[in-house]
Amino acid sequence: MSTFDTIPKTKQEALVETLLRLADDRLILGHRISEWAGHGPELEEDLALANIALDMIGHASALYTYAAELEGKADEDHYAYFRDDIDFKNIALCELPRGDFAFTIARIFLFSTFSYFLYQKLIDIVEDEQFNGMLQKHFKEIKYHLRHSREWVLRLGDGTDESHQRAQDAFNEIWMYTGELFNLDEVDQVAIQKNLFVDTLDFREEWEKLVVDTLEEATLNVPDMEQYMFSGSRQGRHTEHLGRLLAEMQFLRRSYPDAEWK
Amino acid sequence: MDSPEKLEEFQQRIDNGEKIEPKDWMPERYRKQLIRIMSQHAHSEIVGMLPEGNWITRAPSLKRKMVLLAKVQDEAGHGLYLYSGTETLGVKRQDLVEDYLYGNAKYSSIFNYPTLTYADICVIGWLVDGAAIVNQTMLAKSSYGPYSRANVRICKEESFHKKQGYEMLAKMADGTPEQQKMAQDAVNRWWWPTLMMFGPHDTDSPNSAELIKWGVKTKTNDELRQHFVDRMVMEAEAIGIELPDPDLTYNEETGHWEFGDIPWDEFWSVVKGDGPMNRERMKARRKAYEEGEWVREAAKEYARKKRLQDEKAS
Repeated sequence: MSTFDTIPKTKQEALVETLLRLADDRLILGHRISEWAGHGPELEEDLALANIALDMIGHASALYTYAAELEGKADEDHYAYFRDDIDFKNIALCELPRGDFAFTIARIFLFSTFSYFLYQKLIDIVEDEQFNGMLQKHFKEIKYHLRHSREWVLRLGDGTDESHQRAQDAFNEIWMYTGELFNLDEVDQVAIQKNLFVDTLDFREEWEKLVVDTLEEATLNVPDMEQYMFSGSRQGRHTEHLGRLLAEMQFLRRSYPDAEWK
Repeated sequence: MDSPEKLEEFQQRIDNGEKIEPKDWMPERYRKQLIRIMSQHAHSEIVGMLPEGNWITRAPSLKRKMVLLAKVQDEAGHGLYLYSGTETLGVKRQDLVEDYLYGNAKYSSIFNYPTLTYADICVIGWLVDGAAIVNQTMLAKSSYGPYSRANVRICKEESFHKKQGYEMLAKMADGTPEQQKMAQDAVNRWWWPTLMMFGPHDTDSPNSAELIKWGVKTKTNDELRQHFVDRMVMEAEAIGIELPDPDLTYNEETGHWEFGDIPWDEFWSVVKGDGPMNRERMKARRKAYEEGEWVREAAKEYARKKRLQDEKAS
């Protein structure tokens, strides 16, 4: 049980929580991917990774903006810059350090595959027009992230011995952080009741099938599905990596909070 | 050897304002000069990603983070089509890249200075992109078709970057005392290196005459620099920023702003590799290139396997 979470009572509270959970994942992962800027393995990939990072941070920004409207906060930056790590709702998968290119690709692939199914289902059930509009718009970009990362999983897995080994190591290392994608807590249950979220178990099999098919096509072994899974990030129980990420991201804004920075 | 008749015919085309296209005949020296200039321009875009990339993870608002990330992405794009443009002259991107990473090829010295505060990002947008636009607006009229077209496209995006940098700098210059201090300090540090971006004085620029004769450039280094200074004096004044040159004076007769002596010793030192960030920039780029090798190899090997499969299938 989290120290701070209160279970949303109204539909609006549930909506805000849902927006923040989606946004935090995207901001933190987008931030990590943006660390590649200028350091990519080839120019085409510098472009593609910057593009994906930009999409994710853009998605987060739009979701935060809506949450700020609902809660009467100043703007989207309130959530990105003025909350501490125990308040962030992103899953640990998003906050792990950048890693090598194989790790980056494995992470984008697993996350985008999940987002693909999640958004597809959400678009069907979410009644709130503004939220649904965002989901539809972002879904188009998620399809690109999925396609791009899937192509690289195949190239790395079925490329050279070295790339195969690196891709295998990446999936093995990241696997224990995939459990959180599907975990549902009381906050999610309220959102599900109010048609703002979906039961992730409804598409877990589809997700697994796409992941397993891709890994097999890439000649990679599927990691042990029954292994220990990290959990707790949605309730603010993060890894040690998030604090440092936020220290870097927030320092300037927090040092001069009264200054105009937009 | 290039025959005098062919050279004469080539010069005639240039003088008529015709564009030279990749398959057209051109003097070897023209080809070499273009490869040098275009690849230097490409390398500069790529190395230029580093000082700005330094602030992506620390940008002070989500909007500014996205603006900066998009700018750095644009630079990768510019690098990509400048390399493609250079390849039309019969060279390979990989050779060009290795020539600056491990050989003698140069990139713009401006990127050998550090970005210390967020105001540096604004000043790079305003001054450095501002200077690049002056240069590239001229190069958009270059006699070589692919380079001319690349610059038309680059200028559009650079103008946008410059506007974003200038706007944010104006906010900082009009902001809290700390913001004002950062803004002025960044201008103080970047002003002289930016003036050096136009290259040595015309009297010390051995390539200029030839480049102008061939229509690769249409203005000299000093002409471009003067044009830039005249504009920047006005723009600085408009946002309450001081330019760090006590000798700046308006000459009523010429209608131009006269400026103090540029520290050329510093310029030549940085060009030769002894600047505050030369070694670090090269180290970072070599690291990215070397650590990316297994990725590029994997893509090649995968493509080879797919080709074999397709051949078998058909």
